[in-house]
Amino acid sequence: MAADARELDGNNRSARALLYNPALRGFFYQALTLVILGWLIYQAWTNAAENLARANMTAGFGFLSGRAGFDLGQHIIDYSSDSSYLRALQVGLINTLIVAFVGIITATIVGVLVGIGRLSHNWLIAKLSLIYVEVFRNIPPLLVIFFWYIGVLAALPDVKKSLSLPFSTFLSNRGIYVPTPVAGEGFNLVWIAFAVAIVAAIVFARWAKAKQMATGKQYPVIAINAAVIIGLPLVVFLALGAPLTFNYPVLGKFNMQGGSVIGPEFMALYLALSFYTASFIAEIVRAGIRGVTKGQSEAAAALGVGPGLTMRLVVLPQALRIIIPPLTSQYLNLTKNSSLAVAVGYADLVAVGGTILNQTGHSIEIISIWMVIYVSISLITSLFMNWFNAKMALVER
Amino acid sequence: MKKTLLSAALGAAVLGFGATASLAGTLDDVKAKGFVQCGVNGSNLAGFGAQDSSGNWTGLDVDLCKAVAAAVFGDATKVKYTPLSAKDRFPALQSGEIDMLARNTTWTASRDSQLGFDFRAVNYYDGQGFMVRKEIGVKSALELSGAAVCVQTGTTTELNLADYFKANKLEYKPVVFEKQEEVDAAYSAGRCDVYTTDQSGLYSIRLSLANPDDHIVLPEIISKEPLGPAVRQGDSKWFDVVSFAHYAMVTAEEFGVTQANLEEMKKTENPDIKRFLGEEAESTIGADLGLPKDWAVQIIKAVGNYGESFERNVGTGSPLKIERGLNALWSKGGLQYAPPIR
Repeated sequence: MAADARELDGNNRSARALLYNPALRGFFYQALTLVILGWLIYQAWTNAAENLARANMTAGFGFLSGRAGFDLGQHIIDYSSDSSYLRALQVGLINTLIVAFVGIITATIVGVLVGIGRLSHNWLIAKLSLIYVEVFRNIPPLLVIFFWYIGVLAALPDVKKSLSLPFSTFLSNRGIYVPTPVAGEGFNLVWIAFAVAIVAAIVFARWAKAKQMATGKQYPVIAINAAVIIGLPLVVFLALGAPLTFNYPVLGKFNMQGGSVIGPEFMALYLALSFYTASFIAEIVRAGIRGVTKGQSEAAAALGVGPGLTMRLVVLPQALRIIIPPLTSQYLNLTKNSSLAVAVGYADLVAVGGTILNQTGHSIEIISIWMVIYVSISLITSLFMNWFNAKMALVER
Repeated sequence: MKKTLLSAALGAAVLGFGATASLAGTLDDVKAKGFVQCGVNGSNLAGFGAQDSSGNWTGLDVDLCKAVAAAVFGDATKVKYTPLSAKDRFPALQSGEIDMLARNTTWTASRDSQLGFDFRAVNYYDGQGFMVRKEIGVKSALELSGAAVCVQTGTTTELNLADYFKANKLEYKPVVFEKQEEVDAAYSAGRCDVYTTDQSGLYSIRLSLANPDDHIVLPEIISKEPLGPAVRQGDSKWFDVVSFAHYAMVTAEEFGVTQANLEEMKKTENPDIKRFLGEEAESTIGADLGLPKDWAVQIIKAVGNYGESFERNVGTGSPLKIERGLNALWSKGGLQYAPPIR
């Protein structure tokens, strides 16, 4: 017995002891895995380089400065067919970020509402929410996008017979045309007034909250803030003599000329992504709310707090701990699903990159750009959500 | 621990085999595997690459694939077709997934150099045009300022469109899609006013619309689009086989050899035709190309000469009814000209 114990002792220098030393074994296997991994990467790299050489193609990112030669349907920043490929990629990236950002906001709002709706005591609302969740969760996102695009296109009238909405807005299957505001002289002062109003509103809200904590006196914060934020810039605007004109959309030979347009591609993608992801977020929200112990809402009811306030001030803040990690995943899913934009002709990063890939043949560079950008967007989103999660964490004693 | 080690070792072995790239030519590979893998149009482009309801492929480009198979194996059925969109046709050829690309692809300088392909034979001389609805009342492409134009992405069409409108100082809104079916649907739904692609494609697509007579093809041809088969660079033997498959079809039409009179023509005294059909004993043209002696005979037996293939697929024998125009023989005022088979 004593002899066995001595043999198994890690400090013993015999070879058998070395074999059984846990630290040494761990190190050995990790080193081996690292060597194999390195060898795999090396093989993949040389394989790719050899294939490229055999096909007489060069690698490198120099092609990005070439002239694009194609136009894009949606661009916020300046872009024309004379711009470089790099500029086209930037336009694609901005388009992706826009639809992802707006989609995330809408999906969260709709998701929270539907999630709470599923727990409602109202039978109709509960069942409608259930149907919504089950329908949208079970359809692949590409089909949802096609449904909205074809549904949007089929339902809207032709551009020559556009629906006239108030404020010179026109709705047709070419998009929503709105008048573009053209800032006149001195409009900058209105912007400054707006900024000042926002700062003042924040300061006032904090002061009112501190006052409420100290003395219990409530001020009508929302009403006063709304009045300041709308009122102050308005007063400055009128004092300057209303320096604002509009560029109205007018029906030309083919299309509406003038004004700005929100295209049906963007609308279809945005609505599809929002409603699709909202169905997942609804279930996450429902799980989070159910995860808060029943005692909390009972205690709030015992204190005389109404159901609306209970949900907002007691249940949801605690449910957020459970909701936020899976919510991060859904945000990342939405961002990545926006790459389906190429199916409806929205110029997002994948669509533009695909065109460049086809025109120049530099597939490996373009794909690595895609990967780097999507990983970066995902990491930044996760970082932000993790910080938010840490802020929401309950401080344990 | 053991499982990860084993799977890692297996994965390394697989990659290791892949690293030793095959340097044998495509012609040898094709002969070894027994069929030609041909990339064709996946969007059912009538006249060039389309599948009927029983799954049979027909079209001008499909005929070229069949001609190559007939030349190599003596059997036009030894072809497998890979339907490709405009976006994935080039990666498919670059990666080796297909042996040849016969998908109404325009021969351009950058595709020949930067993308690493070789073009030679042009089986259809085309040009880009525009199609609009008659009710708009436009008679020329120069009146199209402000229009929304539907176009397929990743094509020379997209680039020519941008250049043409820029050169003529016209404005337009591009509406781009990846697949041709999506472009067709958007144009039919009225999402855009103008459809632009190669003229042959316009005639083909007009037929598939709800009311073909409501649409007119504008007279302007804004680009040269020489459509032909493509192979990978560095593969001269295979390149020659694919090119001369087309030239054999043109030569057959030049000599007046058709599917009907093929057997008679084999007994002719004309030395040029004899040599072409492999009847001349001392000629080594077939062997030099790596093909059997009767390679030209097999091609004509399978798909006929160029004129027959043209008329059957896109000419008077088809719904498209396109005139020979630029695609007539050089002796009849067109551009189809084959180097002598000697």
